[in-house]
Amino acid sequence: MNIVVCVKQIPDPAEPGSLDPGTKTLKRATKLILDESDSYGVEMALQLADAAGGGEVTLVSMAPNNEVSGLRTALAMGAAKAILISDPALAGSDALGTAKVLAAAIKRVEGADLILTATESSDGYTGTVPEQLAELLDLPSVTFAKHIEVSDGVVKVQRQTEAGYDDVECPLPAVVSVTAGVVEPRYPSFKGIMAAKSKPVDQLTIADLGIDPSQVGWAGAGQEIVSVEQAPARESGEIFEDDGTGAEKIVAFLENLKVI
Amino acid sequence: MEFELTDEQEALRKVVRDFAQAEIAPYAEAWDRDHIFPVDTVRKMGELGLFGLPFPEEYGGGGAGLTTLCVAIEELARVDQSMAITVEAGVGLGANPIYTFGREDQRQRWLPDLCAGRALGAFGLTEPDAGSDAGATRTRAELDTSAGEWIINGEKAFITNSGTPITSIVTITAVTGTSGGRPEISAIVVPAGTPGFEVQPPYRKMGWHASDTHGLTFTDCRVPADHLLGEQGRGFAQFLAILDEGRIAIAALALGVIECCLAECQRYAKERIAFGRAIGTNQAVAFKVADLAVMAACARSLVYQAARLRDAGRPFKKEAAMAKLYATEAAVTATREATQIFGGYGFIDETLVARQYRDSKILEIGEGTSEIQRLVISRELGLPVT
Ligand SMILES: Cc1cc2nc3c(=O)[nH]c(=O)nc-3n(C[C@H](O)[C@H](O)[C@H](O)COP(=O)(O)OP(=O)(O)OC[C@H]3O[C@@H](n4cnc5c(N)ncnc54)[C@H](O)[C@@H]3O)c2cc1C
Repeated sequence: MNIVVCVKQIPDPAEPGSLDPGTKTLKRATKLILDESDSYGVEMALQLADAAGGGEVTLVSMAPNNEVSGLRTALAMGAAKAILISDPALAGSDALGTAKVLAAAIKRVEGADLILTATESSDGYTGTVPEQLAELLDLPSVTFAKHIEVSDGVVKVQRQTEAGYDDVECPLPAVVSVTAGVVEPRYPSFKGIMAAKSKPVDQLTIADLGIDPSQVGWAGAGQEIVSVEQAPARESGEIFEDDGTGAEKIVAFLENLKVI
Repeated sequence: MEFELTDEQEALRKVVRDFAQAEIAPYAEAWDRDHIFPVDTVRKMGELGLFGLPFPEEYGGGGAGLTTLCVAIEELARVDQSMAITVEAGVGLGANPIYTFGREDQRQRWLPDLCAGRALGAFGLTEPDAGSDAGATRTRAELDTSAGEWIINGEKAFITNSGTPITSIVTITAVTGTSGGRPEISAIVVPAGTPGFEVQPPYRKMGWHASDTHGLTFTDCRVPADHLLGEQGRGFAQFLAILDEGRIAIAALALGVIECCLAECQRYAKERIAFGRAIGTNQAVAFKVADLAVMAACARSLVYQAARLRDAGRPFKKEAAMAKLYATEAAVTATREATQIFGGYGFIDETLVARQYRDSKILEIGEGTSEIQRLVISRELGLPVT
């Protein structure tokens, strides 16, 4: 079974990031790493390919400056190859612009049975790319997978809900978004790291994909970031002095919140 | 300028750092408290490939150099010295003698499991009455020519990784005769479980509580004659060569300790409030942190300089001794000062720098004491020191 995993390379959350005041977007000139949210999709894909008795896992990523560090991490985990789309014209792309680019790249992967994504990226967090991608590829979309099984051309997904999960089935190929934390991503071994060095990374521009620059980047963005504000500081809590009625006060407080 | 590491070495650093944060840091305090050798975690480090890093791929190794091993050990030591020394000793003292001096059949037999971390090797040089003066070895091995076996009698002291559930071999040094009136020392591989080879109960140590250390006794312990490692009578020269490489790895461990102290103190000096202000506003505290940064930088230069010389096939004996001497003494100073910055919390076992303080003293003793390093350096300088 051949699986495509869309992976985003993002600024290392461990290093303090900064916003470009002009564009109000995250500065991405630093070294980028594999978005942790995507490591679950990579792990899921590797497990599914294993369970199917073979097949390739192909990574697709759109990133500035031909950045490959994050891709190398996923290749070191065991993915076979990668497609990287990098083009100055892509700066400022919104979610839909990104989905157009990823969709065009995925179309180049022959015989893709399943396309996996994260539910949302850790930096941009729009959470809309997977569905847009499915629409552009004209494929079924299943979201928030916590478990995936494939048999006889059908994907069976446990779709996470607030209360538990729904069992969902759809024919392949399909686009499935994988919830963070549902599998334990493997650590790349040193051998994996060394092998990743020589795995193919196909570096493309939008011209290679036949995409018109006016469709993507700042030019094609239908979305504009008007302002970025600090999250409001959390309000200080309410303090009850226990004068013998502490328990009742707590119960009343929780009832008021409708949590009990 | 920083030492430039390759992309792959940087990638390994990140993997080991993530691994140490997720798989070691949350448990290290309990392992230390309860003196647990976490065999599952050791196996996981094996799956990462850490135990095989400097050995060729044909034996299941990573085909990298000592520099790459240093990167991994440095990262582990930032979080837990016991796991760092388990890797250092497993690679440097367990597998390295087999690789460096073993015949092809010995390499084929023992290295793949050692490289994969499925098994651990140990190196038994020190005896109750022979440490720095390892030439005073009393353990004897006599060849029973009719049986084609060595018969080993004697005792070893303080042997790392010698009694774990996955220990497969201990390479020991023993007197196998005399040549020119002097005892002739050879190295012999003793598989775990050989009758007559007994692992004594673990020591009660000051630190390194999650690392495995035992005394070993040999009573008419028989191993096949072909378990001789390297040339008969060359055991002394062999372990000196092995220790030169091990010293660089120990220095890398010490570097990780200093970096840990620096990171912890940078944070704590800003967080901890006394007299209404962060303790780091006092020069007496801030300057200690500045000194930690200098120690880390010096240790880093010495460690990677020595590792590079070794990987380039150049002489590195003096540089290895200098790296070990400086980095381990700096680690003891760094942990003592970090403990001071943490105040009372620094004396409490569950504080990371407290554990690092207890764990650090051995660094100035094992694999050649500081005095022995000074001796090596003096000799390399051509001084007539005895
Ligand atoms: C936790 C732990 C793990 C260890 N792991 C191993 C292991 O895996 N394998 C192994 O073989 N050994 C191991 N050792 C032993 C360690 O290498 C020795 O303890 C060390 O080499 C010192 O030897 P010693 O204890 O006999 O001290 P001694 O040699 O008796 O030294 C005592 C003091 O005298 C000084 N001294 C001795 N000779 C001189 C001299 N010529 N000039 C100046 N000063 C001198 C020393 O520096 C030291 O300060 C381990 C020890 C510990 C505590």
